[in-house]
Amino acid sequence: MTAMQNVSLGAHYVVHMPQPDDFAFWRERARALIQCDVPPDRVSWVEPGGTGDLFAHGGNARGEKRLPVPDKDAPPVRVSKRFMSLARNAGLHSDPERFGLLYRMLWRLQSSARIMEDKADPDVRRIEEWDKSVRRDSHKMHAFVRFREVEGDEGEHYVAWFEPDHHIVRTNAGFFKRRFANMKWSILTPRGCIHWDGKVMRESGPAQRSDAPSDDPTEDLWKSYYASTFNPARLKVGAMMAEMPKKYWKNMPEAELIPDLIASAQAREAGMVAAGEREERQQPKTLAEISSAITACRDCPIAECGTRAVMGEGAIGTPLMIVGEQPGDQEDVSGKPFVGPAGQLLDECLGTAGIDREAAYVTNAAKHFKYVQRGKRRIHQSPTAKEIDTCRWWLEAERAIVRPRIVLALGASAARGLLGKTVSISQARGAPIPLDDGSELWVTVHPSYLLRLDGDAREEHGALFARDLSAVRARLSELAV
Amino acid sequence: MSRQTLRQKLEILADAAKYDASCASSGTAKKNSLGGKGVGSTEGMGICHAYAPDGRCISLLKVLLTNHCIFDCHYCINRKSSNVRRARFTPQEVADLTINFYKRNYIEGLFLSSGIIKSSNHTMELLVEAARILREEYDFRGYIHLKTIPEADPGLIHQAGLYADRVSINVELPTTSGLTRLAPDKDAAQIEGALAKTKSRIIEAKDERKRFKHAPRFAPAGQSTQMIVGADDASDADIVGKASNLYGNFGLRRVYYSAFSPIPDASAVLPLKRPPLMREHRLYQSDWLMRFYGYAPGEVAQATDKHGNLPLDIDPKLAWALKFRGSFPVDVNRASKEQLLRVPGLGTTAVGRILAARRHRTLRLDDVAKLTQSIAKVRPFLVALDWRPTTLTDRADLRALLAPKQEQLELF
Repeated sequence: MTAMQNVSLGAHYVVHMPQPDDFAFWRERARALIQCDVPPDRVSWVEPGGTGDLFAHGGNARGEKRLPVPDKDAPPVRVSKRFMSLARNAGLHSDPERFGLLYRMLWRLQSSARIMEDKADPDVRRIEEWDKSVRRDSHKMHAFVRFREVEGDEGEHYVAWFEPDHHIVRTNAGFFKRRFANMKWSILTPRGCIHWDGKVMRESGPAQRSDAPSDDPTEDLWKSYYASTFNPARLKVGAMMAEMPKKYWKNMPEAELIPDLIASAQAREAGMVAAGEREERQQPKTLAEISSAITACRDCPIAECGTRAVMGEGAIGTPLMIVGEQPGDQEDVSGKPFVGPAGQLLDECLGTAGIDREAAYVTNAAKHFKYVQRGKRRIHQSPTAKEIDTCRWWLEAERAIVRPRIVLALGASAARGLLGKTVSISQARGAPIPLDDGSELWVTVHPSYLLRLDGDAREEHGALFARDLSAVRARLSELAV
Repeated sequence: MSRQTLRQKLEILADAAKYDASCASSGTAKKNSLGGKGVGSTEGMGICHAYAPDGRCISLLKVLLTNHCIFDCHYCINRKSSNVRRARFTPQEVADLTINFYKRNYIEGLFLSSGIIKSSNHTMELLVEAARILREEYDFRGYIHLKTIPEADPGLIHQAGLYADRVSINVELPTTSGLTRLAPDKDAAQIEGALAKTKSRIIEAKDERKRFKHAPRFAPAGQSTQMIVGADDASDADIVGKASNLYGNFGLRRVYYSAFSPIPDASAVLPLKRPPLMREHRLYQSDWLMRFYGYAPGEVAQATDKHGNLPLDIDPKLAWALKFRGSFPVDVNRASKEQLLRVPGLGTTAVGRILAARRHRTLRLDDVAKLTQSIAKVRPFLVALDWRPTTLTDRADLRALLAPKQEQLELF
């Protein structure tokens, strides 16, 4: 090897890096040293501000001047692509030993070119780990930089403060340039800063947190979003901490919410479960059991109205069950279903159609009267779908005991109480809908609807109601045969 | 009612959207804002800009345009009969919010979905309008995921795909009977029809771009869907079967599984209990087995118990290996990639490393330990130069040795 004549035997070389992330500089020097056949244990690499190792002291602090110069015709140095891509990242790591180890790897690669493929080799593993942590640090920088807007003389300027673990700021300038090409921004870090004015990228020395703005009005919206998008029923703090370790929290506005969100999560989840709780209660076996249980039922807010529960009326095993919406003012007073004005109209129409009310079981989709007080009067309020669905449990229990062949639902609320979904009366009326237990559901309007109409409309809908009732009557006779 | 502030609306509509599991922003075409007027870039890899305490990544501004809805699906917090507070954004408000968040580097883009108001077409028009404002008026080049409505006009869905990086339609429940019972207004055939149509458009657009450089891109990040787990009685085998059909028939990028979690003002027909998060996790694992490990759906089903459910205490790959012990141990120095991928405890990365390293040396157990996460877990299934599990592979209590230990609670 001709280069050997430029090398003092047994000499120790020190290379002073001008920048901690200057890979190109390292590459130049390393190439020359390899060409001069200088083994790794005879070179020290010193970062700016670093003291180097044991051999780097002494009179010739400018040891770099004495670096050997390879011959012009020295053979070119070759390495695998894999090494180059790893080394570029590993060179950005904050470990002061990185350049020395990279040189040792380069040295070893000259004799065994494919050593990078041996993942069990300790040097290869260390370089891979450096590469991995630098890539992760860059990725976290892309993710966790938070810009704050400042109104400058020349329009909006976005400034961020970030604390990277490694020397990654300069290499990541391109990412932010491509992403925010038409925005003025600066990223300040303790390892140096980058500034983009829409045309030119500029660098400056290390900054302090106090150089960055302290807030931004949009952060309140962002924090609201962060809190709202969190699902308290799925608390997984470990998974969050793995990806967003605490060290990043201090520079992320949303992170200050985390302790409270975690603390309140279980209470919020338990609240949601309890609000809808229907533990595996035994379904009541007799009508008397239902009657006493609904009096105590507090599953939905209607019960808070302070009204009494109105139980259905009729015999077990009757072929027809008539279901209304909910008890009204008079039903609440008397404790019996369908005794008010609508009940009287119903009795009249049933009579005309030839149906014996006494032979039917009459009940409601909701068991309590829901109202608002206006002066002395209690004004009827329709139950919500949720309330009907909640009360459906009692209606199902009644049906299981009475076992009617035909169920007649009066109005949309009653139909929902039986089907679990809202149907349109005009589309559902006039034909039977099969229910799960084999019985038939017939749907028609509620008699109180007729009470609210007058003139021709009353005539017309009265006739339709009568027609529905006769259809039910006809079906009842068919089934009776 | 007093007018809601932007912040109140954001709270309501973000809360309403959080039950959608997807927040991915990866796998789309590369673009950046150099030479444009606005902001935004996508470089292939998705970025999670924050993590919520539920462990889920926050990558996109995930909101509904409105949570008013004419549908009445029991599992949904926004169903017609629910008592939640309602709110509504205009497309302009959504676009402005997205840009303001994006400029501060809070998000990768927008995931916009909506309750159905007036009609499917009207709703779809509003969704597309929000995407149009972002793309055309703000020249936004970040990520957009639009939820499309299967009942909407195909022309509108096409428009959505031109603006969005990804489109998705939720199949919601793994079985048709579940869908009929819990989502009475939805129609399985219609949903699958829309998935099929979107698939063919994606293929057509890719094909056109091969021939014409400037042909418009259509949903370059593909389409995805979501299934709710635990709201009906479908077994894991049903769900895995359904997922593999979906991957096969509709070219989906992802099928998301969402453990049904208690929602405020829940419908009375649903099981209100803690969400089956572990079950969801096992389903994702089996999904990975099918997509990256070469397992057929039938093979995943072989790992299930007699009710068709995957064991919760051990992962599906270990469950499969314990059932088919005849296939083990495999020789780490000779086995094919496919065989190594079936070893519990070896992931795709570890297998890649083993394949590369064994060209240079014959691997000992120590070497394997350096290349994998946990040697204790893989040891019973491997043969190395200095290691042979002998009777370990056939021990009756192997499951107990490998399953995570049950811990007895201390007296307090």
